[in-house]
Amino acid sequence: MKILVSISNVPHTTSKINFTADNTLIDTTGVQFVINPNDEFGLTRAMWFKEKQGASVHVATVGTVSVEPTMRKALAIGADEATRVNAEPTDGYFVAKQLADVVKNGGYDLIIAGRESIDYNGGMVPGIMAALLNMNFVNTCISLEVEGDKATAIREIDGGKETIATSLPLVIGGQKGLVEESDLRIPNMRGIMMARQKKLNVIEPVAATQATSDKKFDKPAPKGAVKLIEAENIGALIDLLHNEAKVI
Amino acid sequence: MSVLVYTESENTKFKKNAFETASYAYSVAKALGTEVTAVSFNMADNAILGTYGVSKVLKISDDSLKTFNAKAYATAIAQAVKKEDAKVIIVSSSTDSKFLAALLTGKLGAGYVPNVVAAPDSTSPMVVKRTVFSNKGYAHTEINSDIKIIGVSNNAFGLHENKTALSEENFTPSLNESDFSAKSVKVDKVAGKVTIADADIVVSAGRGLKGPENWGMIEELANVLGAATACSKPVSDMGWRPHSEHVGQTGKPVAANLYIAIGISGAIQHLAGVSSSKVKVVINTDPEAPFFKAADYGIVGDAFEVVPKLTEKLKEFKAQNA
Ligand SMILES: Cc1cc2nc3c(=O)[nH]c(=O)nc-3n(C[C@H](O)[C@H](O)[C@H](O)COP(=O)(O)OP(=O)(O)OC[C@H]3O[C@@H](n4cnc5c(N)ncnc54)[C@H](O)[C@@H]3O)c2cc1C
Ligand SMILES: Nc1ncnc2c1ncn2[C@@H]1O[C@H](COP(=O)(O)O)[C@@H](O)[C@H]1O
Repeated sequence: MKILVSISNVPHTTSKINFTADNTLIDTTGVQFVINPNDEFGLTRAMWFKEKQGASVHVATVGTVSVEPTMRKALAIGADEATRVNAEPTDGYFVAKQLADVVKNGGYDLIIAGRESIDYNGGMVPGIMAALLNMNFVNTCISLEVEGDKATAIREIDGGKETIATSLPLVIGGQKGLVEESDLRIPNMRGIMMARQKKLNVIEPVAATQATSDKKFDKPAPKGAVKLIEAENIGALIDLLHNEAKVI
Repeated sequence: MSVLVYTESENTKFKKNAFETASYAYSVAKALGTEVTAVSFNMADNAILGTYGVSKVLKISDDSLKTFNAKAYATAIAQAVKKEDAKVIIVSSSTDSKFLAALLTGKLGAGYVPNVVAAPDSTSPMVVKRTVFSNKGYAHTEINSDIKIIGVSNNAFGLHENKTALSEENFTPSLNESDFSAKSVKVDKVAGKVTIADADIVVSAGRGLKGPENWGMIEELANVLGAATACSKPVSDMGWRPHSEHVGQTGKPVAANLYIAIGISGAIQHLAGVSSSKVKVVINTDPEAPFFKAADYGIVGDAFEVVPKLTEKLKEFKAQNA
C-alpha cells in the first residue's frame, strides 16, 4: 500500500495571531510553525500501517521553502520521502489541485489528510482532492482499518459516530482519535539524522484557478471585563442571563 | 439563475440550521435580485421553508438517501445546481454539510468559503466575512469563481422570517452505484439528545470535575436548559466522556448562544474552539483561571456546590416562566 500524508504547516496552537499593519497578511514574526495537529494524527496512523502492514509513507506539502523544517520533522517521525509543491498555498481549491496531481503521478492508494488546517480552518482540501481524483472519501475520520483493498472507517458525526465500509483508493480527513494522544511521536536523534538523508523533492505547481482570495483581516473586538457573581447569589446569574444577555 | 440552499433534515424534521441557511440565502438572493431554491431530502412537509424566504423547493424522495451519504448527496445537489443554473450555493457548518460541501466544490470547480459569520460585505464582487485561525481573527474573502459556495456558521446570522410563496417540485437525481461506494454500516448516536452542533446552549465540563462519576449533575443542568453536553480534551482523552463531546481547536467547534464552562481552565486551544459562542459563563474554584478573561459572567466557586444550586434555581425559574 502506498500512502500519501498531506501536511499543512500552521502556527503552533498557542500562537497569538496578529496581522500586518495594512491587515492584508498574517504577521509571522515570532510565530512558531508546526505540523497541523490533524495531520500529525494522520501521519502517526500512517506509521502504524508502515510498521504493521509494510506500507510506504510519503508526505506532501504545498508551500514555499519556509515549510521545509516542518517537512523534515515529518521525515524524522518516519515518513520515507517528501514532496514540496513550490507555491504559496493561498486557496483550498488550488492546493487540492496540486496535491491531486502529486497523487496521480505517484500512484497512491490511500491519502491521509486532516479534517482541517488550524490556520484558515478551510476543511476542504481532502474533499476537493477526492472529487478531483474520483476517489472515495471519509471526513472527520477517527478510526481507519485497511484489509487488502477494503477499508473500514469511523467518522465522527454530530452527537456520535458512524462506521463506513468503503475501498481503496481512498482519501480521509483525519482528526484526533485516529491514534491515541500517547502514540504521537517526538522525533529522536536517530530519526533526525536519518531524515537528512531522505529525499525532499521540490516540484513546480501545475496551472490551477485561484477560486478565493483574502482581501483583508481583522481581529475580534476586545472583550469587556467578566461580571463576577457571588456563589451564594445564584439567582442574580439567572437574572442576568434572562434580562441582560437574553439567552435563557 | 437562483440561489440554492441545502436544507438539512433528520428523521423527516428540518434542522434549525436549515432555517438559518435559508434566511442567509434569502439575503443573498435579494441583493442579487433573484430567488431562493431549496433542496430537501425525504421531506414530505416543506411548507415551513416559505417562512424563511424560499420560493421553490426541489423535493428529493429516495429511500437510498434516507441516511446521509456525502457522495450521493453531493451528486444530487450538483445536478440540482445544474438544473437551476444556480451560481451561489448556501450550506451550513454542520459536520455533514462540511463533508458534502468539499465534495461539491471539487465536482463543480467552485470556490468555497466556510465559517461565514455575516451577510456578504458585497455581492459583486462576492466578499464574505469568515473566522480564521480558530476564531482568533476574521478574513474578508473574495470568491472569484463562477459558482460560489458559502458555508454559514451556526448561530451567526440567525433566523429571519421572510414570508414567501413556496412552490414545490419533485426532483429525481440520477444516481448510480459509484455514488454509494462509501456505505454507512452503523450509527452510534444517543437518540433524542441535543447535539453540540444543533444546540442553543452548551454545558461543558473539564478536569475540575475529578471523574466520570460526577457528570450526573452536568447532565441534569443540561436537561433543565435543553442544552447539549460537552467536555475539554483531557476529559475525552481519559475516556470520561465520548470523543464526540470534545470541543476546542482539535475537537468540535461550538458557536452556541450560551456556553457554560465548569471546571475548565480555559487553555488557549480550548478557547479557540468555543470563543465564537455569544455568551460565556465560567464556574471555577480558581479566580486566576484564564477562562475568566474570556467570559461574560463568572462564579468563583466549587462546582460541586454551585452546579446543583444553579440547577435548582433554574428549575424554579423555568416553572415560573413556563
Ligand atoms: C495541540 C493541542 C491541541 C489541543 N486541543 C484542545 C482542544 O481542542 N480542546 C481542549 O479542551 N483542550 C485542548 N488542548 C489541551 C489544553 O491545552 C488543556 O490542557 C485543556 O484544555 C485543559 O483541560 P481542563 O480545563 O479540563 O483541565 P485543567 O487545565 O486541569 O483545568 C481544570 C480546572 O478546573 C478547576 N477546578 C478544579 N476543581 C474544581 C471544582 N471543584 N470546581 C470548579 N472548578 C474546579 C481548576 O481550577 C482548573 O482551572 C490541546 C492541547 C494541545 C497541545
Ligand atoms: N498547503 C498544504 N499542503 C499540503 N496539505 C495541505 C495544505 N493545506 C491543507 N492541506 C491538507 O488538507 C487538510 C485540510 O486542510 P484545509 O482544507 O486547508 O483546512 C490538512 O489537514 C492537510 O492534510
